[in-house]
Amino acid sequence: MEDILKLLGGAAATMLLAFVVGATYGGLVRKIIARTQNRVGPPWYQNFVDISKLYMKDTAVHHGVMQHIGPAFAITASVTVLMFVPVLREGGWFPWFENLNFKGDIIFLIYMMVFGSLGMALGIGQTGNPNASIGVSRGLSMMVGYEIPFVLSLVSVMVQTHTTSITGLMEWQTQNGWLMFEAPFAFITMLLAILGMFHYAPFDIAHAPSEIASGPPSEFGGKYLAMMMTSGSIFAFAKLVFLVDVFMNGASNLVMLVVKTLLLYMVPVLYGAVSPRYRTEQAIRYLWGWPVFFGIIALIYSIYI
Amino acid sequence: MDTNDKGVRKIVDMITGFARSNSLFMLAYGTGCGDIEIPPAMTSRYDWERFGYRKMATPRQADVLLISGYLATKTLKRVIRSYEQMQEPKYVVAFGSCTINGGMYWDSYNTIKMLDHYIPVDVYINGCMPRPEAVMSGLFDLQEQIKKGEANGAQKYRENLEWYRGNQKKVIKNWVMPEYNW
Repeated sequence: MEDILKLLGGAAATMLLAFVVGATYGGLVRKIIARTQNRVGPPWYQNFVDISKLYMKDTAVHHGVMQHIGPAFAITASVTVLMFVPVLREGGWFPWFENLNFKGDIIFLIYMMVFGSLGMALGIGQTGNPNASIGVSRGLSMMVGYEIPFVLSLVSVMVQTHTTSITGLMEWQTQNGWLMFEAPFAFITMLLAILGMFHYAPFDIAHAPSEIASGPPSEFGGKYLAMMMTSGSIFAFAKLVFLVDVFMNGASNLVMLVVKTLLLYMVPVLYGAVSPRYRTEQAIRYLWGWPVFFGIIALIYSIYI
Repeated sequence: MDTNDKGVRKIVDMITGFARSNSLFMLAYGTGCGDIEIPPAMTSRYDWERFGYRKMATPRQADVLLISGYLATKTLKRVIRSYEQMQEPKYVVAFGSCTINGGMYWDSYNTIKMLDHYIPVDVYINGCMPRPEAVMSGLFDLQEQIKKGEANGAQKYRENLEWYRGNQKKVIKNWVMPEYNW
């Protein structure tokens, strides 16, 4: 009984950590984008204020059952991904709770990361808003674009280290050095793939502010939007921690974790802050061009090293 | 814990007031010339994002409906649809003299004169056109009202729906909308 309580407590604490760090990063990103545009920008805690206000709003919209389930799918997928990613290198990060981070393997995570978007797409389909449908079709096309370099990069890492488990990868890195340097082409491929993955400009075609209303969430307001923002914060944190685990040997304490994830996060953010928006076919052509080229080189490199 | 206790109520009101007033999502309904004052207010010159204001693209996500300028009877219909699709709590800010008394369109045959007869307005910003400073000063007033819990236009609309509906149907001849646009 006590073990279960410890596990549940650890899971809740991990979720809280992911939400707080993810939402703070979101606020920082808004600030950074504002500074690049020579503005002052909102305070760093603006995302918390927005989310708490949205949770206090009425939500009297009904389009069908799937519309209500869609945001729940998104948050379920985010939390599941988070639960399978080890936050720190040495087990639990929270002193008196066990961590619920299983020694999950990468192939499962590749599948699980898509689940939230697909659930959202189902929910959005029922709202019948044309802008939202355009957003979904763009988002799923983009997914086809970035998943290929993403998977190529991870497969080459798995071939090189002969393991598919994340903890196994971290053990390998402790002995042989960071995969960032041991598998440089895989890392370059991943850097190019996460440009598309985080949906910042020039790859913000799915949400496309002021082009197709606000894209997929057009018909979702109030609590559902808050749920999506919460899920987005958790998912961003989970993805970043996953990438840090795979390429930078995880982190031994929370400070190092924040430093490493923030450095990695700045790549898509800063690239996005100075970029305009691609069209759908331009985005896919970009993602199937150099990233896939580097991905194939990474695969060849990993076989012959 | 007694949720009707005065002290508890006060703390809850303070938190909701802070969150609601510091995170205003705007739906700018660019009917008239007033919409040209919004880009300078939101971009680097006046930068209203530092107060937590943000432009939203759909009525579902918005808190504030900015009516920027005169309303023809045709656009009034769209404004009503947008307003009723917004989720409570919702506020209306009206720009320019056109929304107050018709302004330079006071004797026009197809514009409305007093917006307050058709949808409840929380804050008026007068001027023709109000400058971005005036727009932001009006929004500060709205923030103060929200903090005090006085910005209850949506409640007024719900309670006097028949009166508003009557006024709206008087000017909109081809009323082909449902009775309330959820």
